Amino acid sequence: MKGILLSGFFQNFADAFYKAVIKDQRYLAYLDGLKVTLLISVLAILIGTAIGLVVAVVKVASSQNKKMWILNKLCNLYTTVIRGTPVMVQLLIIYNLVFTARDTNEIIVGAVCFGINSGAYVAEIIRAGIESVDRGQMEAGRSLGFNYIQTMRFIIIPQAIKNILPALGNELIVLIKETSVAGVIAVTDLTKAAQYVGSVTWDVLPPLYLAAACYLVMTLGITKILEYFERRMTQGDNH
Amino acid sequence: MIITKDLQKSFGGNQVLRGINEHIEKGEKVVIIGPSGSGKSTFLRCLNLLEEPTGGEIWFEGNNITDKGTDINKLRQKMGMVFQQFNLFPHMTVKENITLAPVQLGIMNREESEKKALELLKRVGLPEKAEQYPKQLSGGQKQRIAIARALAMNPDVMLFDEPTSALDPEMVGEVLELMKELADEGMTMVVVTHEMGFAKEVATRILFIDEGVVKEQNTPKEFFENPHDPRLKEFLSKVL
Repeated sequence: MKGILLSGFFQNFADAFYKAVIKDQRYLAYLDGLKVTLLISVLAILIGTAIGLVVAVVKVASSQNKKMWILNKLCNLYTTVIRGTPVMVQLLIIYNLVFTARDTNEIIVGAVCFGINSGAYVAEIIRAGIESVDRGQMEAGRSLGFNYIQTMRFIIIPQAIKNILPALGNELIVLIKETSVAGVIAVTDLTKAAQYVGSVTWDVLPPLYLAAACYLVMTLGITKILEYFERRMTQGDNH
Repeated sequence: MIITKDLQKSFGGNQVLRGINEHIEKGEKVVIIGPSGSGKSTFLRCLNLLEEPTGGEIWFEGNNITDKGTDINKLRQKMGMVFQQFNLFPHMTVKENITLAPVQLGIMNREESEKKALELLKRVGLPEKAEQYPKQLSGGQKQRIAIARALAMNPDVMLFDEPTSALDPEMVGEVLELMKELADEGMTMVVVTHEMGFAKEVATRILFIDEGVVKEQNTPKEFFENPHDPRLKEFLSKVL
């Protein structure tokens, strides 16, 4: 009796899996979706880190240099608005802002939007990291003849990055997961692809399980990579 | 070499330096002493503009460094500074600490600067530490590396901001010994310190700064044996 139940379960499972993945080469849909998700994530990470770094340095620098108050105000406005509004609404606004152009590439729009979004969080993380570095480090750098930017680049930022690596890794993971709402601007990312497959097979759950597993593998991979970097960057500490 | 004219510095409403006129010649070893809060560290930090003066002028090798048009980064390359807290770069090895500035500022290529770093490490007595990180060093070793790092830029003057104040007593000697050697080699030095023995032995001139002005200055012998200023007399009676 038990054996029949169990084999029945496996039979159902295999059927569902076959329908959701193999039949009509549906795995290609997931792969395409995965590609889009990865593309948006990687581009967004690059854009977000670049924005975050610049905004963080401006914020820190303007706290010492009163002449930069306009830049400081702008950066504060940026982080306040971006962090205070949902990413989905931002996505829709940016999409409809640029949708007026006929040949909009939704993937690029998505990447830019998530990049701008992530930049605000990354900026705050990096700013905290920079401020955690001892003040004497800046003085030592300047006393050797480095200018402000050089001191930041060679001395402060490398130490700040080490301090903020866990927080930054967290932000990366959040970003990858958040790209799952990209579907609202007609991008077929992993989540959207899973939904399509589900609507074709009339069995919604298996494709979603599969998508969830893909996200999990990606975020676990990033966690592992970050752990590796953290170990390498703390070389100077544990002796 | 360094001239200050009516140098003033305020932090908010608190005036720390109230007009200091000094002339430091090439080869001089000027030791600055005074009670804490007297402005002696602020004075030293003004000399390479780590603190921006709120009044007066500073001239270094014929350049008015308080003038906005002066490239202070260029001039700082010629003014080595040693800090109380060492301020070594913890994410770099000892050798990288020493070679970073000469290489990145385009003064030497990597090969030359590494050779120079090893020479300097030998000179400060720590040639075996080249590949170690600052965390692995004792306080005295850190400070000797910090001195080597400053020397790597071939500075014309060395500024010392209480270089032994953060050290365990048993490590003070090795740092002072190195500073004495530097002095004997003819380096121009400005030293803020509480080490009266060092001041007596090494200084060519001692300044007593109190309440933001130079209250008295003299050769070490006269300074310690024949002080005039009442505040200095009181100070010496407490520290000697």
